Amino acid sequence: MLKIENLQARIEEKEILKGINLEIKPGEIHAIMGPNGSGKSTLASVLAGREDYEVTGGSVDFQGKDLLELSPEDRAKEGLFLAFQYPVEIPGVSTTNFIKTAVNEKRKYQGLEPLDAAQFLRTMKEKMKLVQIDQSLLSRSLNEGFSGGEKKRNEIFQMAMLEPKLAILDETDSGLDIDALRIVANGVNELRSSNNAFLVVTHYQRLLDYIVPDFVHVLYNGRIVRSGTKELALELEEKGYDFIKAEVEKETV
Amino acid sequence: MQEEQEDILEQITNSDYKYGFVTDIEADEAPMGLTEDTVRFISAKKNEPSWMLEYRLKAYRHWLTMETPEWANLTFPTINYQDIIYYSAPKQKVAPNSLDEIDPELRKTFEKLGISLDEQKRISGIAVDAVIDSVSVATTFREELSKVGVIFCSMSDAIQEHPDLIKKHLGSVVPATDNYFTALNAAVFSDGSFCYIPKGVRCPMELSTYFRINAANTGQFERTLIVAEEGSYVSYLEGCTAPMRDENQLHAAVVEIVAMEKAEVKYSTVQNWYPGDKEGKGGIYNFVTKRGICAGNHSKISWTQVETGSSITWKYPSVILKGDYSIGEFYSVAVTNNFQQADTGTKMVHLGKNTRSRIVSKGISAGKSQNSYRGLVSVAKNASDARNFSQCDSLLLGDKCGAHTFPYIEVKNNTAMVEHEATTSKIGEDQIFYCNQRGIDTETAVALIINGFAKEVMNQLPMEFAVEAQKLLAISLEGSVG
Repeated sequence: MLKIENLQARIEEKEILKGINLEIKPGEIHAIMGPNGSGKSTLASVLAGREDYEVTGGSVDFQGKDLLELSPEDRAKEGLFLAFQYPVEIPGVSTTNFIKTAVNEKRKYQGLEPLDAAQFLRTMKEKMKLVQIDQSLLSRSLNEGFSGGEKKRNEIFQMAMLEPKLAILDETDSGLDIDALRIVANGVNELRSSNNAFLVVTHYQRLLDYIVPDFVHVLYNGRIVRSGTKELALELEEKGYDFIKAEVEKETV
Repeated sequence: MQEEQEDILEQITNSDYKYGFVTDIEADEAPMGLTEDTVRFISAKKNEPSWMLEYRLKAYRHWLTMETPEWANLTFPTINYQDIIYYSAPKQKVAPNSLDEIDPELRKTFEKLGISLDEQKRISGIAVDAVIDSVSVATTFREELSKVGVIFCSMSDAIQEHPDLIKKHLGSVVPATDNYFTALNAAVFSDGSFCYIPKGVRCPMELSTYFRINAANTGQFERTLIVAEEGSYVSYLEGCTAPMRDENQLHAAVVEIVAMEKAEVKYSTVQNWYPGDKEGKGGIYNFVTKRGICAGNHSKISWTQVETGSSITWKYPSVILKGDYSIGEFYSVAVTNNFQQADTGTKMVHLGKNTRSRIVSKGISAGKSQNSYRGLVSVAKNASDARNFSQCDSLLLGDKCGAHTFPYIEVKNNTAMVEHEATTSKIGEDQIFYCNQRGIDTETAVALIINGFAKEVMNQLPMEFAVEAQKLLAISLEGSVG
């Protein structure tokens, strides 16, 4: 579904991604871990199409299309979703209104009729249960005054409504307590299918106890330096990132 | 990145001003310029009684002693008042009895404007009075309204048919001497709307007036008067458009509202006068004096305006809260783009006891425009227990526009509670990207965010206008995201 080849990117003259290679097939969950500054969020942003980052090399194929050629909104309509690390607030625009616009834009792109009010509400009710988000939160302005946990759950709610093919979760676990974490993870697990895939970017092993990955990759200094299964995550937890850094140094010497 | 942003700003896919067409109709015009003869000409054209002519002449003579006010945060070249035609009426043979009798060219104009004076409006229950170039051409539903005693007709007709009411109320809220433009208006107003709601009557339909300036070099000087007797209610809508011309055209109207005890008047305006081209050439000067008086206890007047057009907007719809327990409200969205300028706001004058006022002003600036809010909240010495809440929010799109706030608060009674909040913001790139990532393109995202920003005001508009107004906001700001 997603094939990243030798992806390089920089922001304002600073090279961040120095050659990423990654392949994700439908039905898989991949985790990306790494120390601060390794480029995890950059990777997520570049895939989503954030203009601040300049792609200087490599390619990304998404379901047979050249992802880098598409605008951010087209990438989204093709089925790419990014759950933001710091979801932004949009005063005056209710979540309900926002997500309805998004859902119908996607349907338009796919040549489908927009959902009418009744259908939309039905779908909304279903997905609300999934992340235990209630109506009052959705009628408020998007993310305005939401707690960290509420913002993250709102991201997962939107993901549930949009049913993406590839969902990138950018440090979705940061700032969450155990209960919120469980709710978020449960939401993700419920949405998993053999047709979609997830790229989970995280710092800590903890989330991966709940969202069990098929593959774990370690990002260091703009490159994927180690790949493995969920055992790798446990190893990292035990030994810290230093051991990876040490190994990398040894290899480059 | 900065360059890209500027590209987006430059890449103005402005929808062309949709109403910039001209109707080819013969017009009956006064000679250019303004002298006492012009005033007599206008009065004679309309067959006015002598008391009306006297009123005009008195105002004209007073105007001659006045000077253009220069205190506003606006820049414009001096207006040459001799370079304007003060009366232009489409030539119509006889007063029309039915819509079928109206000049077909005129009818086509109305249809282009999207106001069909016929079945569509009838079905939605709006009585429409269309004013082209200073003359009310048709007022629908006169008969139906007269069954409940509601008078809704052109000002010219009112002067003929209801002289007592006019004599009693005209100029009672906005005297001719009030300011330079009201003196001018009192001298040369050619038409407008008159609306009278008798005691205890809730006007069964929304009343609407449509203004359009068509002929070149003309000024439009409407005069509107609304009188709501005890316990009555009326909701009045005003919509405005004008063709594209290189020269600036002056629109100096006056609207007066009188609300008696327990009466309520809701006055909504969606103004889309030609704003001038992208270089700032041409456009309407919208210098208007609008004022309502809550004369009776427990009365209420609400002004709601969506101002997206005009090269220059200069108006302060105000409420004099004379009656005890009276309420004044002002909801405004003022949009300026390219080189437009706006200096607008309101005056809430608390005179009675236990009066309340609420001001919600949303300014949106884009392009190289300047948008100012100017408001006065005044509480008189004997106005005990007055309450005011004001909120002025500015949204800036791009970095070449300006937003200014000039709030004046004058309180002479220490039981008053006056609150003022103000915010200034930009549409953040992060917000746009968030929308993009959800599949919403930038134009739609900006429209979404702007409508969210203006929501509290838009919610005040009668439904028919609300949808139009939302679209208007989006069109006025196309291509101006920054």
